[in-house]
Amino acid sequence: MSNTEFIIRLPSDTPALMAEGARQMGICNSCRYCEGYCAVFPAMERRLEFNGGDLNYLANLCHNCGECYYACQYSPPHEFAINIPQMLGEIRAKSYKTYAWPAPLAKLFDCNGLFVAFALTLGIAGIFFLATLMSGNGVALTQVRSDGNFYGVIPHTAMAGVFGVVSLFVLAALVAGFMNFWRDAGENLAEFTRPFALYEALKDIATLKNLDGDSGVGCTYPGEQPSQARRWFHHLTFYGFLLCFAATTVGTIYHYVFGWIAPYALTSLPVLLGTAGGIGLAIGPAGLWWLKSRRDAATATPSQSGMDIAFIVLLILTSVTGLVLLALRDTSWMGVTLIIHLGAVMALFVSLPYGKFVHGIYRGAALVKFALEKRRPGLNLGSD
Amino acid sequence: MHDSDILVIGGGNAALCAAITAAEAGATVTLLECAPRHYRGGNSRHTRNIRTMHHAPMHPLIEAYPEEEYYQDLVKVTGGDTNEDLARHVIRTSEPGIAWMKAHGVRFQPSLGGTLHLGRTNAFFLGGGKALVNSYFHAAEQLGVKILYEAEAVDLEIENNLFKAAVVKHEGVEKRITAKAVVIAAGGFESNLEWLEEAWGAPARNFLIRGTPYNMGKMLRVLIDRGAKQIGDPTQCHAAAIDARAPKFDGGIVSRVDCVSLGVVVNRDGLRFYDEGEDFWPKRYAIWGRLIALQPDQIGYCIIDRKPIGRFMPPVFPGFKADSIAELAQKMQLPVDTVVKTLADYNAAVKPGQFDHTIQDNCRTEGLVPEKTHWALKIDEPPYYGYPLRPGITFTYLSVDVTKEARIKMNSGDVAPNMFAAGEIMAGNILSKGYLAGIGMTIGTAFGRIAGEEAARHVKH
Repeated sequence: MSNTEFIIRLPSDTPALMAEGARQMGICNSCRYCEGYCAVFPAMERRLEFNGGDLNYLANLCHNCGECYYACQYSPPHEFAINIPQMLGEIRAKSYKTYAWPAPLAKLFDCNGLFVAFALTLGIAGIFFLATLMSGNGVALTQVRSDGNFYGVIPHTAMAGVFGVVSLFVLAALVAGFMNFWRDAGENLAEFTRPFALYEALKDIATLKNLDGDSGVGCTYPGEQPSQARRWFHHLTFYGFLLCFAATTVGTIYHYVFGWIAPYALTSLPVLLGTAGGIGLAIGPAGLWWLKSRRDAATATPSQSGMDIAFIVLLILTSVTGLVLLALRDTSWMGVTLIIHLGAVMALFVSLPYGKFVHGIYRGAALVKFALEKRRPGLNLGSD
Repeated sequence: MHDSDILVIGGGNAALCAAITAAEAGATVTLLECAPRHYRGGNSRHTRNIRTMHHAPMHPLIEAYPEEEYYQDLVKVTGGDTNEDLARHVIRTSEPGIAWMKAHGVRFQPSLGGTLHLGRTNAFFLGGGKALVNSYFHAAEQLGVKILYEAEAVDLEIENNLFKAAVVKHEGVEKRITAKAVVIAAGGFESNLEWLEEAWGAPARNFLIRGTPYNMGKMLRVLIDRGAKQIGDPTQCHAAAIDARAPKFDGGIVSRVDCVSLGVVVNRDGLRFYDEGEDFWPKRYAIWGRLIALQPDQIGYCIIDRKPIGRFMPPVFPGFKADSIAELAQKMQLPVDTVVKTLADYNAAVKPGQFDHTIQDNCRTEGLVPEKTHWALKIDEPPYYGYPLRPGITFTYLSVDVTKEARIKMNSGDVAPNMFAAGEIMAGNILSKGYLAGIGMTIGTAFGRIAGEEAARHVKH
């Protein structure tokens, strides 16, 4: 059930948005009925005032499900006009830009669809250029290779070299973004290394505890009735991603430690991991996209939508082209498919620090902070 | 031919419990909610828990809360003026009620932060009352209950104590809706400012209404006019002390001011009038509305110093703030000299003790009228804060008399065979005065289910 007629317009300039955030959290903190839904509310209750750092932390702790909106006795048209998922969604979108490194690239969040489209085009073109350069002519691209030998199209050194350099940059950007978040949240690095907090945060991430509505019935996404759909599609995406990552890691170990050179047999560990991961990474994002298209406009964050879909498209493109590559690796289509696949992977890599992927970094860090805070003495509001 | 077997008038907890129960018993049900969909649920949308009897720990409740203790708690707040038969019936039904609620989509959670005193006696709804109402509306829809929003029952056709039809305003026209039985769960008259003034006189103009603006008491009035037996005093109600700056209607829980027991309260003339530390605030908040209603201009001012900040639920409206009591009194437009003297007398009367706001501590005054018997600390550390308080009406107790089967009793001594009442509109049978946190939902759930069951049984015969 959409409540579009009651949607309030949030201010777009940051100080006004933060003031609105503090206003809403102040009212919310006096009510607290939603305390049991997720981590946002216990974290809110540890505070009496909400400055920028607090709001950014709460915004990244929010999983944007909508439970608290549907339960809210003060949602618009009530004069208090409370809409926590939408307000935190807007603040979260802004926080991604605030934390981005290097700072000038924060602009990429503003036109994320265009950026991803460019990255994809340049990725494919770049890989094609690399392949052509390496083979000296176009022959290798269309050759039937009964051995499925990728390195006949692009030598391993070239492939590993290019991706290695990009990965290092991406890693640096993600770490710098994390550091910016962690500092803004008022924490020091030593706190981040506490095992119990890391353990609790990882458990929350691995189970998506905050999307279970506290009773195992799921959360109100995409609409008003609780459902586990989003949790399951995200699990498919998340574990699919991890399996693909594991496949690459195992392949790297095979290559450098054991000297076993790809392609690997269909029953080999890297191929099995990659296939399972690829399937998860195709179905999961597709499901999330489908849910998103049915999302209640009242709790959505329109300014994030382009970025969300760009990331979903890249994930699907990466997984589907990977699976197609596996299917066609012994045919004359292998060269072309490989280039498209590697181009998609390259675009995905390059856009990691400047797209939806960063939600994992900041939400993970916010969950670590949440675990740390739980052990710290809080306010004692006593009798009521 | 009837429009449906059972007509349920109202859209709050009691009405929904009745509609669901009747539909599950096989009856066809139409439910009239006078509010638009967004504001559906009457006062239930502002509730957060249900007081529940239990023999042993039962999720989400801890320990045990036996029938007798529950009943004695009720006797304490009502001074014994309750219908014991009905009250015990409600209390006993509350225990199995939790499983019924869960089966219809209500989710529970441990007692909210800062409400540990209620963890044993009150089961908290995950997300509060609006989430509960959402679950029930969904359950009712699934059962095929026909729900009409913005459908206001304005009159009842009753012949020889038999309900025939309701006159309903819906989509701009007035129409007759017939049914074999009617469940009236349309709330009290708390939103009807004229009726409040009729009961209270001019002071009612200064009341704020904490809940829904839709409880105009129309059905209560019609029933009384059509010969239903009235029970209770129209001035009795659940009334809390809330921030005077809260909206006229629908301010709900956040309008509360929770520092009364940690400070002092003076009236318009700058004088104290009641023991602020009589008991824990959750046990006293519901009498302070009435206390302030009885003060001149129906206003009070809670004054604290720096010390309690961070020890009570953060208020929505920031307090007036000043570096001296005189300055604070001036800002709140109170007689400065009197307030300064009241605070000086209070500070002088505070005896040393061990402050602990989680127990009834030994910090008290001696030689004051009235004394402050717990949590009395000197108010002497600036900055000082002041919160203006008004009576905030939650719901009224004036009711129709009912049987154990929720059938409405008539003045003639007859019992209406096909007219049932549930919720606020009959809560006065159990609550004559005072309040026990969470018992409104217990009464609504118990009598809603009884009314639904009995109405369905009546229809079958």
